[in-house]
Order: sequence, then C-alpha cells, then structure tokens
Amino acid sequence: MNRDVSQSKVLHSDPQIAIRQRWMAVLARAGASLATYESALKEIDYRLIRAPEIGMTLVRGRMGGTGSPFNLGEMSVTRCVVRLDDGRTGYSYVAGRDKLHAELAALADAHLQGQEQAHWHARLIEPLAAAQRAQQAAKAAETATTQVEFFTLVRGED
Amino acid sequence: MYVAVKGGERAIDNAHLLLAKKRRGDTSIPELSVAQVREQMPLAVARVMSEGSLYDPQLAALAIKQAAGDLMEAIFLLRAYRTTLPRFGASAALDTTQMQLSRRISATFKDLPGGQLLGPTFDYSHRLLDFALLADGEQPGPQVDPQAELSPCPRVLDFLADEGLMAREFDEGLAVPDITREPLDFPASRAERLQALARGDEGFLLALGYSTQRGYGRNHPFAGEIRIGEVEVWLEPQELGFAVPLGDIEVTECEMVNQFVGGKGIDAQFTRGYGLAFGYAERKAMGMALVDRSLRAAEYSEEVEGPAQQEEFVLMHCDNVEAAGFVSHLKLPHYVDFQSELELIRKLRKQASEQPAVEEQRA
Repeated sequence: MNRDVSQSKVLHSDPQIAIRQRWMAVLARAGASLATYESALKEIDYRLIRAPEIGMTLVRGRMGGTGSPFNLGEMSVTRCVVRLDDGRTGYSYVAGRDKLHAELAALADAHLQGQEQAHWHARLIEPLAAAQRAQQAAKAAETATTQVEFFTLVRGED
Repeated sequence: MYVAVKGGERAIDNAHLLLAKKRRGDTSIPELSVAQVREQMPLAVARVMSEGSLYDPQLAALAIKQAAGDLMEAIFLLRAYRTTLPRFGASAALDTTQMQLSRRISATFKDLPGGQLLGPTFDYSHRLLDFALLADGEQPGPQVDPQAELSPCPRVLDFLADEGLMAREFDEGLAVPDITREPLDFPASRAERLQALARGDEGFLLALGYSTQRGYGRNHPFAGEIRIGEVEVWLEPQELGFAVPLGDIEVTECEMVNQFVGGKGIDAQFTRGYGLAFGYAERKAMGMALVDRSLRAAEYSEEVEGPAQQEEFVLMHCDNVEAAGFVSHLKLPHYVDFQSELELIRKLRKQASEQPAVEEQRA
C-alpha cells in the first residue's frame, strides 16, 4: 500500500508545510528508535515551552468507510513543544505515552526547520523512513503469502 | 432505598492482598510481564481497547494483568483511566480505504482486485488443541518471498455502488455527536448508535446479530468485506493550523451487504451495515455491522419485530461497564433493604394464615 496516497487528503497545499507533515509522520512512527539520536538532537540548548504532556485524541471513523464521521473511541497521545536557543520552535503530537519520544520528536521538528534542514533530513529522516518502508514491505510480503484463490464447485452432479 | 454500611477496612485490605496473591499464582512459575501480555495476547488486548474505548496496547495489557485475565474488569480499569486524561481534540476521520492490510476477505465476490488475503486467522483451522504449544518452541511463520507486494484493494461495496445496486455513503457534513459528553437521547442518530456500538460488549452484539440471522429481524446479511490493518491517524491542533500525523493504529472494519429496500417506483437496492473496532477484532466488527443494520429499521420503514431492531433496548444495554456495574451492585450489603422485604413477606403470610376461609373461597 502506498502511504503517500493516503496522506494526500490531509497534506497541506503549501509544499513547505506538506514537507513538514511528512517528516512529522516519520518522527511519530519512529517510537523508541528515536532514542538513538538523543545526544545529537540535544547538542543545542533548548527550552521546553510545553513539557511532554499525555492526553488523548478522539478517533473518528466514517460510516461505510466513506460517509459521515462518527466517534470510534480515544487513543493516547503525547505532545510537546520546544524552543531552541536560536528561536526556532518544534512541535510533536505522537501516538502513545512515551514522553521521551515526544520530546525528541519536537526537537527534531525544530532542527528540521533551520539552516541544517538537509543535514537532518539525510541523517535522521531518511534512515528512519527507509526502515519504516522496509518494515511495511516485510509485513506486506508476509500477508501476500496468504492470498487465496477460491474455486466454486458445481453442486448436485453425481 | 439503599442504606450505606461502614467498617470492615482491615478485611477489605486483606481481601485485596489476597487477590494480588491469587493473581500472581504459583511463585515457582515466572511472573507474566505486561510486555508478554501485549505481544502474546493481542486479541485480548484488542477487545479491552475497543470496549475500554482507549487505544493504548500497553495500558490494555497492564489492565489485563491487573484484572487477572478478567477482560471485563480490565475494560472497566481502562475506562476509568481514560477519564483522567485531557482530550487534545478529535482526529480527522480515518481513511480505511488506505489501510496497510494484514487481512482482507469478501464473502460476496470470489475474484476481486487486490484478491482475498487471509492474513493471520483462526478460520479454516480444525479447532483441535495444539499440544505442541505445551512445549516451548519457535513459531517461524510461513516462507516469505521478500519481493512480494500487495496490489491495491479498492472497497468491495464500491463495485455494487458503481452498478447503482447500493447507495454510496457521503459525508453529510453534520456535527459529530459525542455520547461521552452529551447523554444519549432517543431516537438517536446513526453516529450516536455507531459510537455506542463501538464501545459495546462483543458478546451482546454477537448475540443480537445472531438473533437477526435466526429470524428476529431478518436482514439477509453477507460479509461484503472485512479488512484488518493499520491506518494513519491525523489530528489538526488549533495551535498549528495544519493536520499532524500521530502514527498508526490497528483497526478491523466490516461492511455487511443486506437485503433490499425499494419498491413504489424506486429500484431495489442493497443496504449497508457497518462495523469498526480497534485492533484485530473481527467478531466484534461483524456483530456491530449486523446490529447497525438492524437498528436502521425505522429509516427503511421496516416492522420492528426483534430486540436487535429496538434502538433504546440495544443502546441502553450494550455497555458492559454499565451492565456489570448495576448487576454487581447487588453484591453490596443490602441489609436494611432486605430487612423491610422480610417484614413484608412475614406480614403477608400472617394475614393469609389469619384468613384461611376467605382465601379458600377465592380459590
């Protein structure tokens, strides 16, 4: 399945924001693997504008998959806002209750908005995105082993 | 009238300590970790998240461990925790058409674009106990061709809609009611019904769905499509002004195709029933889809013949936290209450014994 297609409905028309949405998606999925980059992300001085906070989001589905929305239930979400010394602000909203994940994702979001965007893209986002794509592909390949062909048998002939 | 009692603090504390001991079981056996529950009982975790109405696999696993495997107790624990969290807003509606599928089947069309993907399933197994699981062992899974890819899987019911045999579902742009904030009122909207069913008890919905199949509100259902997989969740925080992806959640979706409406100059059309649940929860999603359809009786001017078609009956009784709460309260001391019952029955019997002749005459 192609995730890019799925994002097309919510991706912003401003390409700068759309790029940011894409890296935020990668960071949100990164989970504990973001911890590997902790020391690099924290090399700069920063302040917590909003310390990691656990809350929830009301998840909505659609009737028949495409119709009017209804409330399915909540999911846990952690959010965080950081400000780097040079004034850049980074935000995160990530599924789950991992406060470190939220803080590092907000830090990365701030770094990615600065002069060194290309550097952080190459160092952080690209490898994480590649790993996520590989994981998705591996899952799809597993599912593909269970693809069936059913044959209808003619009944009543003896 | 319920009259409260007090006291028994030490006994209650000890009872809870004893429960903790029972939960731990034989200490010569290694303790079960929350991570083990999460990874190795994913279907129990899914049920607790769905009916606990909070998607958080780790907390659901913790609740299952704490509840010693009593899933309804675990659901109650998760619901209670849920009330302590602030809500950051409502997500953009899930786009289930684009989920990364781990299972996709249709009982209505044999050949479809994307094919039938069984995924991990109990279907077609012989339901024989697997004694190999008594011993430890690796579960390597099937032989995988790493290059294999899945083809796009369009929605099965769209094929019927394309032919005009079924109405399409459109976003009518209405405000989304939330039964956790505003109490349910009757008649309810379909959005309120679906929210209640999504949190509803799997067993209750399964039984009601079954009752429609047995004739208490016939809908002639077919499982048009069942999809299980991961879907992205997006949230638009006010402070940012654009939607942010939170990550993926696993969901199960079921679309039932049911028999016809139409007549009086309108061509006959199939009707829809929809089910959606957190995690791998096929039975729940199917039960929900059957009951969603049966509760649309009024919309289609159908005669209400069975319990599954009675909106107030279904929606007021499908929540197992409420049901368990009210049934369980019968265990609490009702000593004063019962004393008055005793007095009443004694009085009735006394009156009867004093007037035997009159009673006999009446008989």
